[in-house]
Amino acid sequence: MSHFVNLSLNGISSGMIYASVALGLVLVWRATRIINFAQGSMAMFSTYMAVTLLDRNLGYWEAFAVALAVGLALGAVVERTLIRPLQGKPELNPVIVTFGLFILLEGVAGAIFGVRSRGVPAAFSQSGLTIGHHRVSFSHFDLFVLGSVLALMVLMLVLFRATDVGLRMRASAFAPEMSRLVGVRVGRVLTLGWALASLAGSLAGLLVAPRSAFSPNYMDLILVYAFTAAVVGGLESPVGALVGGLLTGLVLSFVGGYLGSSLEPLGAAVILILVLSARPEGLFSRPAARQV
Amino acid sequence: MLEVDGLTVSYGPVRALRGVSFAARPSTITAVLGANGAGKTTLLRAMTGLVRPQEGSVRFDDHELTGLPVEEVVRLGVAHVPEGRGVIDQLTVEENLRLGALWRKDKSDRKRALAETYDLFPPLAERRRRLGAALSGGERQMLAIGRALVSRPRVLLLDEPSLGLAPLVTAQLMALLAELTLLASLTVILVEQNARSALSVATWAVVINLGQVVVSDTAAAVGTDTGLRHHYLGF
Amino acid sequence: MAAARLPSRLRLPDQPMLRHLVLCAGALVLFYVLTVNLSSYHNYQVGLIALFAMVIAGLSVLTGINGQISLGHGAFMAVGAYTFALVQEHVTLPLALELLAAVAASAVLGLVVGIPATRLRGPYLAGMTLILALGLPQLADKYNSVFGGDEGLHPSQLVAPGAVDPNRWFAWITVLVAVIVVALLANLVRSHFGRAMRAVRDNEVAAMLAGIHVGRTKVLAFVVSAGCAGLAGAFLALSGGVVTTGDFPLSLSIYLVAAMVLGGAGSLVGPWWGAIAIVYLPQWSTSISSDFGLGSAVAANLALVIFGLVLIIVMMLAPTGVQGGVRWLARRLLAARFPRPPAAAGVTAVAGFPEPPAPATPDMRTEQERTHP
Repeated sequence: MSHFVNLSLNGISSGMIYASVALGLVLVWRATRIINFAQGSMAMFSTYMAVTLLDRNLGYWEAFAVALAVGLALGAVVERTLIRPLQGKPELNPVIVTFGLFILLEGVAGAIFGVRSRGVPAAFSQSGLTIGHHRVSFSHFDLFVLGSVLALMVLMLVLFRATDVGLRMRASAFAPEMSRLVGVRVGRVLTLGWALASLAGSLAGLLVAPRSAFSPNYMDLILVYAFTAAVVGGLESPVGALVGGLLTGLVLSFVGGYLGSSLEPLGAAVILILVLSARPEGLFSRPAARQV
Repeated sequence: MLEVDGLTVSYGPVRALRGVSFAARPSTITAVLGANGAGKTTLLRAMTGLVRPQEGSVRFDDHELTGLPVEEVVRLGVAHVPEGRGVIDQLTVEENLRLGALWRKDKSDRKRALAETYDLFPPLAERRRRLGAALSGGERQMLAIGRALVSRPRVLLLDEPSLGLAPLVTAQLMALLAELTLLASLTVILVEQNARSALSVATWAVVINLGQVVVSDTAAAVGTDTGLRHHYLGF
Repeated sequence: MAAARLPSRLRLPDQPMLRHLVLCAGALVLFYVLTVNLSSYHNYQVGLIALFAMVIAGLSVLTGINGQISLGHGAFMAVGAYTFALVQEHVTLPLALELLAAVAASAVLGLVVGIPATRLRGPYLAGMTLILALGLPQLADKYNSVFGGDEGLHPSQLVAPGAVDPNRWFAWITVLVAVIVVALLANLVRSHFGRAMRAVRDNEVAAMLAGIHVGRTKVLAFVVSAGCAGLAGAFLALSGGVVTTGDFPLSLSIYLVAAMVLGGAGSLVGPWWGAIAIVYLPQWSTSISSDFGLGSAVAANLALVIFGLVLIIVMMLAPTGVQGGVRWLARRLLAARFPRPPAAAGVTAVAGFPEPPAPATPDMRTEQERTHP
């Protein structure tokens, strides 16, 4: 029983991280109809920035903030330089470019920082909390993960629902040409979407780093789990990303705990196959009208 | 003054417009008439930059519009209501309307314009929290026009606004346009297949056929020319 | 007619089937001359190039002709390799049947993955295959009693007849099979099914309205390309005499996509350029790094960096890849020597990277239809 509880708690914690990356995938998908396969390695890159600064004795929170800022800027730069010029080209081209960026960043990080994995300090204790007389595998750090991802989600929701910028972003996502016709500078909105997506990814990168074998490819699996989460959530909605992330986190935690962690990737594949077969538009998106 | 000069647009090998020229005088309604496929919609799209003309220019006061991005044309005060489907379904009525004025700096006037639009179209006020997708055809048309008006445009390009509207509503709409040209000194370019109702409010009329201007004259002259009416206007 | 001015030796038959046969025979002769003049080690590398050309050609058809992408074709190679080794371990069959078993196994996996993924558009298949590339090797590690764990499986190597060098024999067999595979793919591309694949690539809705079964076409294209990967995997097993999970890292799948894009998606000559890059680029980058004293971290990552740059640069600047450039150059040279209308070109252009034809009529779809196809 306590094993089950611990697995559930771990699932929630990892699920929040998948949700954060999935949110990034969803933002980019909504803005530009592209799956950004470089999302994970962009987060890796900004996290390496933070780790390098930590190694030079910068304070934890300063490094954290720098990494988020780097993430934000990286997203904007990538959209402007690599994605924008491919507008109107076959839809596979930008996807292949993000894939190229994915391996380019990993290669560059490997060349600069080496491929050997290393430890990364965490902001909070990673040892389990004691609740009553039971020690559970849920630490202060897990609480921090939960809190920061939830905070990000709430901020994004407020941004989307309650601000003019958010209205522009939603309008551009749904109807780019119409939005331009009412004076929205859609290009800037797309850049902002990519920047925010990259920010969400960077947050996840920072949260994953302390408890993984930190190396240039440490986000690879996180990316595919987040992709699973995003597809489960329907790719269109930030709320779907959250729910999809939690579901994926829980299922994979159980798969790992009861069947062995090496089966987790296949678990993700099975989730994807099942969801796509049952509800191709994802579990949480409104079925769209058939387009013929 | 809005001047279109020698506008030529091709889609691949197909010429949609060949050297179209006309001028729209301030605070008047200019009707652009012609059969289906004559190039009326393309003309409006080329004027706002949604399609790039191969040749020719569009000038608005001192601004050359050709070559400007769509959103910058709009920000000069040229509002374009595309045919039928301009409403963004996933946004509420209020969001659609707010979107129209978002680029304007004066926030208090944005609010005022929103309130005025609700006064103008009471059904929209009742449905402000509804999604665009939930509106009827007539309400969608009102919303699209209302969204253009909240930006307090100086020029309004309307593409087939009467499409799908009941005759009575169409008449009200035309009356409203006439009123706006007087009160808000709005310049309207009205693309219509329903030539009769467009001519009833327009001062000027341009008849287009196969991408070329056939005649450009006062609405009264066009409306009384039986030959023109038979050939191009279908009434 | 202007074409008559061409010397007859430069003109290929108009019949596609016949033309493919002539081209294949030419390629085989070329490779034969190459192999008898190369050392044993270089023959081995020729074999590797041929086997990579098989999988990249399958990928090229999938992406360039059908508009789908797989980021995990290394996984299908792994399935082919392990199937080949397992079949050898448990039963005695002729080589051809063992190879067929490898093709069948990877094709079946392609079917399982392809059916749900092809109900939807591009990115799903890409993500799904990426998961496979990461997940399948771990599966083999977990069930090490079946798959041999770190030790791997040890399929027997080819036995060369008589005095023929084993590596040269390996090169011959592999090249022969690769040329056959590419010829079959070339016929497939020109067949009714090829037209269906292109129609689906250009516009799914239009293809559906034209009576093409979109889902079936996409699944079948994916299955064919997975089968090619399985065959290549079997040859990889054959080449080394050992199959371990380490042979199929994610980077293999990445290299395959990069090589395909480099050669030119949709081309069937391009994959050979890509295969040469896969075989030689890691070696070159290692020796370049050591020549410049760049250290082991750089040496280990230079190939990845180069392939990443290749993907980005080719996609942004020259989507038809190397073969597109070669074809352009050849056309320029031919045009300079034998001026004639381009329509009569002797070498038929294989489709470059899909660029949807410019709409002849204004785009009549609504905004929603365009952004949510």
